[in-house]
Parts: sequence; C-alpha cells; structure tokens
Amino acid sequence: MSFWRTAWLVLQKDFAIEVKSREVLYTTVFFAVSCVLIFSFAFVKEGVAPEGAAAGILWVAIAFAGTLALGRTFERERYNDTLRALLLAPAPRAALYLGKLLGMIALLVVTEALLVPLLAFLFQAELFNRFWLLVALLAAGTIGFSAVGTLFAAMLMRVRSRDVLLPILLYPITVPVIIAGVRGTAALIGPQPDEPVATMWVGILMAFDVVFVTLSLWTFEPLMTD
Amino acid sequence: MIPDFDSVRLIDVSRNFGRRRALARVSFTAQAGDIIGLLGPNGAGKSTLISVLATLVAPTSGEVRYGEFSARTPAAALRARIGLLAHELFLYPELTARQNLGFFSNLYGLPPAGVDAALARANLLDRADDDVSSFSRGMRQRLAFERALLPSPRLVLMDEPFTGLDDRAIGTVAARLREIAAAGSIVIVATHDLDLAEGLVTRVVLVREGRIVGDEPATTNLRARYRSMAGGA
Repeated sequence: MSFWRTAWLVLQKDFAIEVKSREVLYTTVFFAVSCVLIFSFAFVKEGVAPEGAAAGILWVAIAFAGTLALGRTFERERYNDTLRALLLAPAPRAALYLGKLLGMIALLVVTEALLVPLLAFLFQAELFNRFWLLVALLAAGTIGFSAVGTLFAAMLMRVRSRDVLLPILLYPITVPVIIAGVRGTAALIGPQPDEPVATMWVGILMAFDVVFVTLSLWTFEPLMTD
Repeated sequence: MIPDFDSVRLIDVSRNFGRRRALARVSFTAQAGDIIGLLGPNGAGKSTLISVLATLVAPTSGEVRYGEFSARTPAAALRARIGLLAHELFLYPELTARQNLGFFSNLYGLPPAGVDAALARANLLDRADDDVSSFSRGMRQRLAFERALLPSPRLVLMDEPFTGLDDRAIGTVAARLREIAAAGSIVIVATHDLDLAEGLVTRVVLVREGRIVGDEPATTNLRARYRSMAGGA
C-alpha cells in the first residue's frame, strides 16, 4: 500500500465519520466562535477594539479550538481500539499520521474560514487587506500546530490523563507558532500593513513546519509501537 | 513481495510492562494447519502473547520468527499475512458494515469484490448499509471476524472469537476456522470457553503467570487436562 494512498484512505474514512456525526466540527466551530464573541464583548467599546487585539484573539481561538478537536479525533480511534487495527495494516505507519494530520488541518481550515470574517466584522479589523499573506500565515501556523498536536494526541491515546496532558505538552512546544502567528497577523492588520515583517513570520512558521512535520513522520512509528 | 511462511516460532520471548512481567521466556512453534488453543486464567498473558504475535507489541527480549522472517523485516509486508480478532472489535460504529470492510479492504490493497463475499459469510448482506452502532454484539463479532480474515492471512489470531455469538454463528465460526487451517493457515485461538475449544483445537498451549505450563495435543477431556495443567486455576 503506497504512502499517499494510505494517508488518503485514513482522511477519507475520518471525513465519512465526521459527515455522519459532525461531532468534532460542531464542537470546534462552536467553541471558536464563542471564544471570539466573548472577547469581543470584553474588548470592543463603542465599536472600537484595542489595536492588535484581533490578531491575538484569532490565534487563541485557533489554539484552544484545535486542542479540543485533537482530543476528539483520536478518541474515535480509542473506542473499539481501531488504532491497533490501523497499526496492523500493511501500510506505512507514518502515512496513518499524515492522514490524521490532513484531517486536522482540514477541520481547522473550516473553522478559520468562519473565524476570520467574524473577527473582521466584530473587531473592525482589516484582515482582508493582504489576503494572500494572511492565508499563508494561517496555513503555515495551522500546519505547525496540527503537526505537533496530532503526534502528541496519538502518543497520549492510551494514557488515562490524556485530556490534562495534551495541553501541558502541546502549548510549550507550539508557543513559537502562536507567537509567530500573532505577530505576523498583527503586522498585517495595523493601520499601515507591514508586508516584509509578515513575510518574515511566514518564513519562520514554514521552517517550524518543515522541522516538526519531518520529526513527527520520523518518530510516529517507534512511538506507536509498544 | 509479500513474505509467506508456514510456521511461527517464539524463542524465549519475554515482555515487561514497567515492573510487571507479562510474558516470561515463552517458546513454542506453530505450524501451518495447526489450530492452537491458548488457554489460561485471566491475566495469564494470553492477550499479550497474541499482541506480540501480531507485531503490535515488541518483545522485551527474545524473538518471534515467521518462517524465515523476523518481526522487524519487512514489517509492513509481514503484517499483510496476519489477521487479528482482538477483544475490542476494531470497527468504526459510525460507519456501515460495508464501509468498515471497504476501508480495511482498501488499506490492505485488496479487490473490492471481497467485501460483499465477506458480508455474505458474516450473514450481514441485508444489513450491509446499516451503521455498525445499530448492530447487536453478535453481529459486530461476526463482522469483526470477517474483517480479520479479509486479507486471507497465513497467521490467524483470535482472542475470544465466540463472544456474543449464538449457537448457529458459533458453528459457522468454528467451521470457518477449521477450513482456513486446512487450507494452510496457522490458527491461534485464545479462549476461556473450554467446551467450545474442545473439538476445535488440535493443540493446547496453557499459559499461567506469563509462562507456558503445558503444550500438548488436544484431548477429548480438555477441562480435566486444563485443571491438572493449571493446578486448579
């Protein structure tokens, strides 16, 4: 079984389950939207939001909603122990990780597609001024966050206190992603968008992605073998 | 190339989980055509032994040989020849029976025609498009049994295969295990049901406290042999 075909099959299977249950999508989107709404009530006074707040709130919502989704996606493989069935298949085990990672990224992309216009509206943030740079920032940040999160969620699947341990392990490692995302987004939505600074943060995020996706693909198989 | 083998050999296999020793210097050989009953009290190490044979748990020491191959090389191809029915059924309850078998069939690179044949053997063709979550335990067990046998494995590992099955299904499962053993597979069945094991297994391996305390051809009075070998356990 080829690497890409295996990843595609896992992604397709997760998608089929999500289409039926919509459990993870609804939970993630509801949480992220609630987060933004609560912050908007706290920070926006008479239609004016503090400068740079939208950037921080966007990434806080992505990180928290993403953590929630990470826990749920692997909960499915724990029920009926299906992860063992996946590991027993004659497929490259790193491809199973990639399939899960792609599913996680797709879920966060849908969430972000709702979050960005909502933030732009509630915080009067000029998020669409440099649209493609924002897309690059979100894509690179989402990949980095999901790469680390998917690996940790898989590792912690058989640990009883996984819900507590996941954020404890995840946030220290993904702090650079969140900081780069916030600083890059803030550079874009200021009164004078700073493209070179935003581009620099995209570059840093991409370097993080390369390192962590490579590390995760490399370590997934030994980490999953008892 | 998919590696093939006609014997499985455990050589001094031990497995520790932290400070607990689940298997201690276990050695035995299973040949094609064998139906081995893995018997023993709860916590004896049967499920760990099955996980080691399935390559899902690596031995702390010792080695498992699949014919001329070891569990390490070539691992992915070797797994294609192993079918496992574990205590947990490895099924997605949100998916239909057909989707479940279709997913695993694709993952093993098998032709799609095998899915309907497996559904027919599980006597679930009329429920093929129903979600597995709506199935009874027995129906799930039948489906999981066929899922394990989808790739026509050389090594068939069954952990309590009769759980939740009615009389008719038990007969079907037992007949199918005999049939695949006769076709050259190695069948290893872990069970507590000595009545069901009797008449099915050709050899009995008794495990207690992680050690093999008996390995002999199956006799007609399995319960008495089990009691004497297990020391009343």
